[in-house]
Amino acid sequence: MGARSLLSHSLRIAWKDLTELKRNRFGLVLLIVMPLFMLALVGFIYPTSGSSASNLPVAVVDLDAGYHNSTVGSQTFIAVLDEINSKTGMMKLSSEASVSDVKTSIQSGNLEGAIIIPSNFSASLLTGKQGTLIIMTDQSNPQISATMETLLSGVFSEMGTSLAQQNVQALSPAVNESDSLAVVQPYKVQTQGVVPGTSNYFDFLAPGIMAMVVMMSVMTGLPGAISQEKEIGTMDGMMVAPINRLSIILGKTLSQTVRGMLQGAIILVLAVLLFGVTIHGSILLVFGLLLLGVFSFVGLGIVLTSFAKDQQTATMLMTTLMFPMMFLSGVFFPIQQMPWYMQDISKVLPLTYASDALRKVMVLGAGIPDITTDLVVLIAFGAVLTAIAVPVFRRQMTR
Amino acid sequence: MSKAELVSADRISEGDSMIRVENLTKKFGDFVALDDISFDVRKGEVFGLLGPNGAGKSTTLRILSTLARPTGGTATIGGHDVVKDDTEVRKLIGIVSEKMIMYDRLTARENLWFFGSLFDIPGDVLKPRIDELLELVQLTKWKNAQVGTFSTGMRQRMNVVRALLNMPRVLFLDEPTLGLDPQSSVEIREFVKKLNRENGTTIIVTTHTMVDADMLCDRIAIIDHGKVVALDTSSNLKRLISGGDGTILKLEISNLTTDLLENLRTLDCVKSATQESSTQVRLLARGDDAFDNVIDAVRRKGGKITSIENVQPTLEDVFLHLTGHEVRDSADRKIPLETRHGFGGGQGRIR
Repeated sequence: MGARSLLSHSLRIAWKDLTELKRNRFGLVLLIVMPLFMLALVGFIYPTSGSSASNLPVAVVDLDAGYHNSTVGSQTFIAVLDEINSKTGMMKLSSEASVSDVKTSIQSGNLEGAIIIPSNFSASLLTGKQGTLIIMTDQSNPQISATMETLLSGVFSEMGTSLAQQNVQALSPAVNESDSLAVVQPYKVQTQGVVPGTSNYFDFLAPGIMAMVVMMSVMTGLPGAISQEKEIGTMDGMMVAPINRLSIILGKTLSQTVRGMLQGAIILVLAVLLFGVTIHGSILLVFGLLLLGVFSFVGLGIVLTSFAKDQQTATMLMTTLMFPMMFLSGVFFPIQQMPWYMQDISKVLPLTYASDALRKVMVLGAGIPDITTDLVVLIAFGAVLTAIAVPVFRRQMTR
Repeated sequence: MSKAELVSADRISEGDSMIRVENLTKKFGDFVALDDISFDVRKGEVFGLLGPNGAGKSTTLRILSTLARPTGGTATIGGHDVVKDDTEVRKLIGIVSEKMIMYDRLTARENLWFFGSLFDIPGDVLKPRIDELLELVQLTKWKNAQVGTFSTGMRQRMNVVRALLNMPRVLFLDEPTLGLDPQSSVEIREFVKKLNRENGTTIIVTTHTMVDADMLCDRIAIIDHGKVVALDTSSNLKRLISGGDGTILKLEISNLTTDLLENLRTLDCVKSATQESSTQVRLLARGDDAFDNVIDAVRRKGGKITSIENVQPTLEDVFLHLTGHEVRDSADRKIPLETRHGFGGGQGRIR
């Protein structure tokens, strides 16, 4: 039996699988819905840069008694707070009369927190002392106090800046507004990416999910498909035909790859059309990388196939392996945010390299020379795992 | 004699042996599924493997059809070793397994086309052959329907013709009538007989259905606990009972009780007693005075005999005689009689 009949039998088996897939309406719908869900869910629950909070119900309790009938301190503070909040929309401000009212509201869940201006606020400021503000928070939500502190420090820095600007302008009337800002705040930070335009979380997410879905198709789809055929008995039908056992696994891999690539393409289209993802690199390279990813995972899929005796075991094995992969390979969260020991684990997972390379190509417009390390690692993974898998599979198929 | 000589000798005397099984053993861990079995199947013969579930029938079939490897011993088909020469063996055989080998989402034609193409049958040969096979089992009308929509009987017919795509010289049938209605069972049996008669196909059937074994097989190997306990033609096997001093007595006792049944079992002349319905008992008895002894025993216990009949032994009786338990019995042998009685007592008679 030569390579030609091996290939022709593989193609027959792949054709058969794809015909079955084509006729499975429900399966086809899931093929589109699954990646859509994954993109949408993960994309929207992830905190967007800065803070995710918006419209937090927060009360302002103004207890300022004033100094010589002037409550200028609390008035300025409330005015600036309103102005900043209207820009960010983080809080929904209301005013409350007393601290005890606030406590009741927080306990009943109507308020997330409160900013309390003590009675001596204006007095302290106008007599050259520090003005103290009190933040009262809902301790059951630790994120709130952080959010409020961030916001308040913004308010104070803005208040301080404008006060200093006024002072500078008062000292020297020749200085205009923007110059006075330069005197008060000589340094400013501006962020700029490698490629033009701003990026959103979907730009980060889409390549990772593509890599994941395509590779899962061979890693989980392959054992699933083969154990299913074993269970319904059709595997015996192929096994009693005078064909090379390898053509069974090759044909199955082929059909699963087509399915995975199809899903990858769907994700790409959805990401571009619905989630505003822009691709900066070559599409051809993107699909080339996906194929390489498939190659690096086939071996693992075959080994798992050999060990999974029935569909249930296969599914359990898959889930066990899939979860750490999903979370440790930097598909959803950047690896750099993980503790070092987790980073070490992620370095032995092929998905890490595939999603990294894909991200570089899609987001940064990288070419082959920029991702050689990833490529070498993926090829090595594929070669080693396949070398292990083929003899294991041969032995397991005839028991 | 060396292996090579054995093979060539086999080819010369091709008229004799198609399948040769020698000291075949299969172990799953500590469990011995096949314990050193040997038999020959002649060319053009319909050979039955009869035994309860778990006796080793399917294991034998799986080894012969290259789907499983033996732990020890050898088996050859048409002179080809099933382990070393598996590709050659696969060209000669077809299997109809208990599980139906077909894809529900493919049409009848697509299924046959797919499996046929795995045998490298050229398209211009395969196409008319598929049409012919579908016509043979009256499925031509449904050739473009997905097999998922077929009835069990239609599916089994598909399952059989699928195994014939490569025109096998040896056909393995694993419980071919399992789960079929009586009419479909008859159709399948007729089809298998016709195949054997007209094409000279050697056929091995595993079954725990006595009717299948009786009606189909030229010779029957009775298998129990991984061993061949008897191998002969159906009539010769039955002669094991009637040829000796064995008799099968069928009694109808209107007031049959468990106590009475137990009493019958203790008689020296009664080898086994099976309750067939609430009033009927089937006895395997021996000795010239068996008749008298049984009648005496029943009457002593106050039993009213409505009828008594001396019947021809069936294969079931043979199995019982040889192994001491019923074909269908092995799984629930430990259930006490009271409980079994509660089920209606007809355990051995269903199907």
